[in-house]
Amino acid sequence: MTLDPGLRRTPLYETHLEAEAKIVPFAGWEMPVFYDGIKEEHIAVRTHAGIFDVSHMGRIEIEGRGSLAFLQRLLSNDAARLEEGEAQYTLLLNEQAGILDDLLLYRIGGDRYLVVTNAGNHADDLARFGQIAREFDVYVRDVSLDYVMLAIQGRHARRTIESQLRIELPPRMGLTVQRVGGRPAFVCGTGYTGEDGVELMIDPDVGPAVWSELVDAGVVPCGLGSRDTLRLEACFPLHGNDIGPETDPISTGLGWACVEATGFIGSDRVAELRRQGTGRRLVPFLIEGDGIPRPGNPVIFNEEVVGEVTSGTFSPSLERGIGMAYIESGAAGQGTAIEIDVRGKRRDARVSSKPLYPKER
Amino acid sequence: MAEASYPEDLKYHPEHDWARIEGDEAVLGVTWYAQDALGEVVFFEGPNVGDELKQGEPYAEVESVKSVSDVIAPLSGEVVAVNETLADAPESINADPYGSGWLVRIRLADPAEAGSLMDAGAYADGLE
Repeated sequence: MTLDPGLRRTPLYETHLEAEAKIVPFAGWEMPVFYDGIKEEHIAVRTHAGIFDVSHMGRIEIEGRGSLAFLQRLLSNDAARLEEGEAQYTLLLNEQAGILDDLLLYRIGGDRYLVVTNAGNHADDLARFGQIAREFDVYVRDVSLDYVMLAIQGRHARRTIESQLRIELPPRMGLTVQRVGGRPAFVCGTGYTGEDGVELMIDPDVGPAVWSELVDAGVVPCGLGSRDTLRLEACFPLHGNDIGPETDPISTGLGWACVEATGFIGSDRVAELRRQGTGRRLVPFLIEGDGIPRPGNPVIFNEEVVGEVTSGTFSPSLERGIGMAYIESGAAGQGTAIEIDVRGKRRDARVSSKPLYPKER
Repeated sequence: MAEASYPEDLKYHPEHDWARIEGDEAVLGVTWYAQDALGEVVFFEGPNVGDELKQGEPYAEVESVKSVSDVIAPLSGEVVAVNETLADAPESINADPYGSGWLVRIRLADPAEAGSLMDAGAYADGLE
């Protein structure tokens, strides 16, 4: 396969090659899609622990006296709720409440914040941040290259990290600043798999060594393939598939991440949609027999097309087809029997609750 | 199967399909390259016995976790057998694409069609 010479590589690229990863172009980067196989890696995270290189995601630091006012204007969630060392899920919307990106916002301390963006949106996000920042007393800095970002996820992830790296882990949705591999790092209780886990933002010079140490301790290297199947079982929307500028937070079930009282860009439209309803909802579904749904497949209810699949795959945990789809509200109730038109074949399916694969307690 | 292989006794279609010609019948499958590109196969949907395949046209679907692909008929003919074990073990297509991962057996409609297929060397050269 020839890859676009303009594609970027993370500092772990050579490590991935040595592990014989299958590399694919993704959002402008050459990234591992799997090492030994998507199913195995998926199951490793569900039963033990897996490690993902997510260095391709963007990181933006915000600092200055006006940072809170800036974030309240720019992002949908209420940043004032964040204590030091806490994180929240938030949205970057346009004036029409279209979702430009979904982000994690961390409050490092005082008026210093860190935002993690989706790789494919990073340049646009940065431009928008910079544009809005002019109205505030705030500094916006792209710090993506300052860190390698590793996500270690799974039921044994925390235990393994604590014993291997000898660090104290923050609670879920928490952030601490510590030394990892002898260098200052952010240690975050976040992730995108539906399992407990940790994300580390560490010095690129020590990234490969930390990766290897955790892999040697039994943490399984995982690629973007299992990241996608895991997040879909957890019903986390993916920007570019399930959410995007043409979708609004109310239809997608992300109204909880919007606090209109903060006056963010798009808040008037969100309030209007909340009042009026949108007539459709993003819901998860399970295929009842054979068939694997894919994005773009029509959803059928009472012989009418009532929606479209936005994410669909084979679930390694449930061993059947799963997906998410926008469905007209009348057919979107939990338990509704629907059909998915998978390449011309009708497949029985049922609207499900979230998540599709519940975490064992 | 970890290593690429293209057995000499097979004929190859550019859409990454192979045919093992046995008298007036042929066994069909997908190549090592095809199964590697697909990743782990989780679902196979084939034709029924009695269906007519036409050279160059899709006759089956192979799904991996990430994607779905049509399987193209390298030769024309009537399906006389379908590999029923793939319903329970579609991963055989990855593990043994030229053996237990075979897809269908057909009765050839036109044995002369085989002349349009490639030998292993030509197919492997085309992959580089």
